[in-house]
Amino acid sequence: MTTAEIEAGQIDIREPTAARIIRFLGRTPVYLLLTFLGLLWLVPTIGLFFTSLLEPAVIGTTGWWEIFSAPSLGTLDNYREIFDNEAITSALVTTIWVSIGSTILPIALAALAAYAFAWLEFPGRDWLFLVVVALLVVPIQMALIPIFSLYNDLGLFDTILGLILFHTAFGLPFAIFLLRNFFIGIPRDLLEAARIDGASELRIFVRLILPLGLPAIASLAIFQFLWVWNDLLVALTFARDTQPITVAIFSQLRQFSGNIEIIAPAAFVSLAIPLVVFFAFQRYFVEGLLAGSVK
Amino acid sequence: MSESVSTAEAPLRGLPPGDAEPGIWQRYGVVAVFLGPALLLLGVWVVYPTIRTIIRSFFDRSGDEFVGLDNYQTLFSDDTLLTAIKNNVLWLLIVPALVTAIGLVFAVLLERVRFSVAFKVAVFMPMAISLFAAGVIWRLMYEKDPDQGTVNAAVAVVKDAVTPSGVLSAAQPSTDALQGGPKGGLVLERPLEKGAVAQLGLTGIRSSDVPADAEQAVVPEALAGGITGVVWRDFKPGGGIAGEVEAEELGLPGVTVELRDENGRSVLETQTEADGTFAFEEVEAGSYRAAIGPDTFSEPYAGISWLGASLITPAIMLSYIWVWAGFAMVVIAAGLAAIPRDLLEAARTDGATELQVFRRVTIPLLAPVLTVVFITMLIYVLKVFDIVISVAPGSVQDDANVIALAMWRTSFGGVNDFGLGSAIAVFLFLLVIPILAINVRRFRREV
Repeated sequence: MTTAEIEAGQIDIREPTAARIIRFLGRTPVYLLLTFLGLLWLVPTIGLFFTSLLEPAVIGTTGWWEIFSAPSLGTLDNYREIFDNEAITSALVTTIWVSIGSTILPIALAALAAYAFAWLEFPGRDWLFLVVVALLVVPIQMALIPIFSLYNDLGLFDTILGLILFHTAFGLPFAIFLLRNFFIGIPRDLLEAARIDGASELRIFVRLILPLGLPAIASLAIFQFLWVWNDLLVALTFARDTQPITVAIFSQLRQFSGNIEIIAPAAFVSLAIPLVVFFAFQRYFVEGLLAGSVK
Repeated sequence: MSESVSTAEAPLRGLPPGDAEPGIWQRYGVVAVFLGPALLLLGVWVVYPTIRTIIRSFFDRSGDEFVGLDNYQTLFSDDTLLTAIKNNVLWLLIVPALVTAIGLVFAVLLERVRFSVAFKVAVFMPMAISLFAAGVIWRLMYEKDPDQGTVNAAVAVVKDAVTPSGVLSAAQPSTDALQGGPKGGLVLERPLEKGAVAQLGLTGIRSSDVPADAEQAVVPEALAGGITGVVWRDFKPGGGIAGEVEAEELGLPGVTVELRDENGRSVLETQTEADGTFAFEEVEAGSYRAAIGPDTFSEPYAGISWLGASLITPAIMLSYIWVWAGFAMVVIAAGLAAIPRDLLEAARTDGATELQVFRRVTIPLLAPVLTVVFITMLIYVLKVFDIVISVAPGSVQDDANVIALAMWRTSFGGVNDFGLGSAIAVFLFLLVIPILAINVRRFRREV
């Protein structure tokens, strides 16, 4: 038992039961309020989920809450339908490839660059680092038009590679910034020792820096993955037939009420993966967020 | 570059420290290998387009003719673009402040309870969902029909509790004996005195609109001291005779019947039974008219048009706040946890009330964290795009417009004016710079 626990125990013993009940009752309104707010925050997502389960015949006219009084309205047909739908499945595959590529490539390149900025000596290093970080300000909108023209010339328009390269470039400044600040915290002695042992820089990078930098790399990977998976703007601009899932759903929005039996399940599938990632790596997610918000 | 790649593995290998310095190509070769790919991508995908877009913004739509500041002039004179700027200003003024305030309230509430994980997860979850998917979710929430849109369904429940909607919105009188319309109610022309039996027949009621508890209509007995009557659906399969209560014709329950005096004022009111009958048991002497009250005919609640031109921007803002409140909450809660307990305890010991402690101690200590949240939100709100394009139906996108959406629509959404599109992008860029500059300065001061 720690001192704190013992102290807490003592306080509990000293406090009369009546006082504890009063204190609990005093908190009850807060509990009720939080429960209400929490449910309020869940309703929209739950609503989408149950809507996606409604029979195609009633989906455009019935509220999702009806499913509780008439469970027979529920069906998995909509999901079966979208997984038979070539346009939706190939869009999902595209999203998976783009997300994986756009997570690995920028982190690999950023880690290399961050190592150079942290531990290699060359003239103008800090200035160059400042310039790279300054590129954080450039909104994606500044690049859309020239890259659109460039992609048309290079044949990268409507390709997975084109999307990956764009996401990679715009993911780099923040990734380099974050990793460089992490790498610079690695004790100098470790590096010096490795260098004295005759390890090449590349070897030091692979054997020493990457393993030590894993926590930062993990947070970064989760963020980058979610960012790219959830992207609409870039995909909408550079993809036409090879479209990620967001664009595939977007093109159904034009006739919203008529297409709910596609939109609702597809939207739910598209947000289920980020949710799984989020729940699986919640700790990294929150830590990364706290680090990122100070950028 | 090519030489440097070949020597990438070479530097320092086998060289004892302090021995001969490696050649310049070896040293910078390593740097080039580490830095080259990232710089190449940044150069081609970020730096070059930025310069190109700035130049492009001074050219016309075809890109051949230099037009000076014409595109920027259009930006501040075109109606759609002005709406976009105006809306974005509203977003900047309202949303970051609200998100920060809500995040603060949530974080403070969380401090006071023990089992807060479920709440944290519920509020934070939308952060993992894309803004686009959030847009789809809220598009569904905002559907106008209260039978489908969750928001309007909730409003309808509240509204029905206050003013119930009528049972028979489409009913018509079955004979000329009944006069009037849905506004003032239907009035039986024949004056009634004590002992009278009134027959109020209605048609034009769909079978699905007939209340489920309706029974065979009955003409009630006359009451010596009162007035009785029946309201029924004067229709049966095959037609039937108008004005007569027949077998298979149903009474209409729950209808409000008024007894009006000679001046047309309502003096008594009652509701019909399952068989459609009603009775005013004791009536003063005099001549009366029976009428079916207007609220019987009031239309069912049609729902608020959240996705209409006038409410679309607040509606989208609300869904955006739903997404970001969790972010604000988590960051502020981390800030709260870092405040030393003794400081708060000291203030309390000195006799400060909870509110005073909150305003005079907690808030000032939290100020840096609140600023981080606020400024982060400013930057995101300035570039808001996905959620606007997904919540707002095409027909109201002009009304919901924001700068980032205007940029995309002008460049790729049909207008395809790269000159004007570039000018909008540059405008957005110029707006982002000062906010980020403040952020960087603040950050450096803290470090």
